[in-house]
Amino acid sequence: MLGPLQRLGRWGLGVFERLGRGHLFLLRILLSLGVAVTRPRLVIKELYSVGVLSLLIIAVSGLFVGMVLGYQGYITLVKFGAEEALGSVVALSLVRELGPVVTALLFAGRAGSALTAEIGLMKTTEQLSGMEMMAVDPVKRVIVPRFVAAFISLPLLAAIFSAVAVMGGYFIGVGLLGVDAGSYWSQMQANVDFYKDVMNGIIKSLVFGFVVAWIAVFEGHDTVPTSEGMSRSTTRTVVHSALAVLALDFILTGLMFGDI
Amino acid sequence: MTTRTIEIAVGIFVALGLAGLFMLAMQVSNISEYRNTDGYTVHAYFNNIGGLKVRAPVTVSGVRVGRVTAIRYDPERYQARVEMTISANHDYLPADTQASIYTAGLLGEQYIALEPGGEDDVLVHGSEIYYTQSAFVLEEIIGRIMVNMTTH
Repeated sequence: MLGPLQRLGRWGLGVFERLGRGHLFLLRILLSLGVAVTRPRLVIKELYSVGVLSLLIIAVSGLFVGMVLGYQGYITLVKFGAEEALGSVVALSLVRELGPVVTALLFAGRAGSALTAEIGLMKTTEQLSGMEMMAVDPVKRVIVPRFVAAFISLPLLAAIFSAVAVMGGYFIGVGLLGVDAGSYWSQMQANVDFYKDVMNGIIKSLVFGFVVAWIAVFEGHDTVPTSEGMSRSTTRTVVHSALAVLALDFILTGLMFGDI
Repeated sequence: MTTRTIEIAVGIFVALGLAGLFMLAMQVSNISEYRNTDGYTVHAYFNNIGGLKVRAPVTVSGVRVGRVTAIRYDPERYQARVEMTISANHDYLPADTQASIYTAGLLGEQYIALEPGGEDDVLVHGSEIYYTQSAFVLEEIIGRIMVNMTTH
């Protein structure tokens, strides 16, 4: 009778303990952020592996998402004789939602999992303890540069994604399906507001960048130092990042656009 | 991979990201409209503004000269008060200019069309446009036609 209750309690305690450790770890990261300014080279090196190497998948996905949006938008709009509005449909769905969200999901899969695996392997092979033995703070030397690089990369990647996708929608809508190029851009500019739409999209991608970077470095640092533990941490990074991004997107959308 | 190559690649990445942001701002959104906000503000009262929205265009003979900046209901006059900002280089509109709310296309957005009058005084900051024509509401017109047809 009390057995299942005890299991539930143990599970709950475990969840809260992990949450607490995650926040304490975040606090440690934030307190050591200064190292990103004093040693920018460390961050630049991580920007390469986290940002530059994600560029290809982001640009290609952006192009295809934009082209699909161009097709689907056109097919729906042409029924109402409103295919001139294709530009605003493509741009609004991209800058408000798809740009930040899809980029964050791809980024968690491409870069977040890599960060977790890298840090986790460092912990498993006791490189992190080795650094501590040499009086090098592993949070400053290893964690903070990766956290900062991921936090910077995501908004930039989201902007690239949206820009490439708008061009993809242009290729399909204007190049293939014959929407007028002038009305594609003018409808877009008439209906996309810089502060309400573009800025809110950038805020979203900043929040997602923070959360994905946090989850990735925490899972790596908190990994059980076995091969099985590492595979679990890597999986958890992708799953938890995706869930966090989607849930936060719902909340942020409600806060930003709910008052209309 | 040398440090130099890595740094160049990161530089290209950051530049691309900023270019993407720049394109979203300049090409996709309407930030260019926010720049020239200098102008003078006039207001007008309408019985019915239909679907007029803030930031709707204000035109003279179809040429855009400004935009709607605020809409609120005036509880003393029982009318809608519409404020519009007209850019400073269009400072020649006569004081008896008429403002009408029209619709661009059959289902398009609504805008304010100004028709210049004949007075020598011109509209300045804070002026009121006295001659206004409300939005065209389809149901109202149909209702009037129905009344006319049934009374004859």
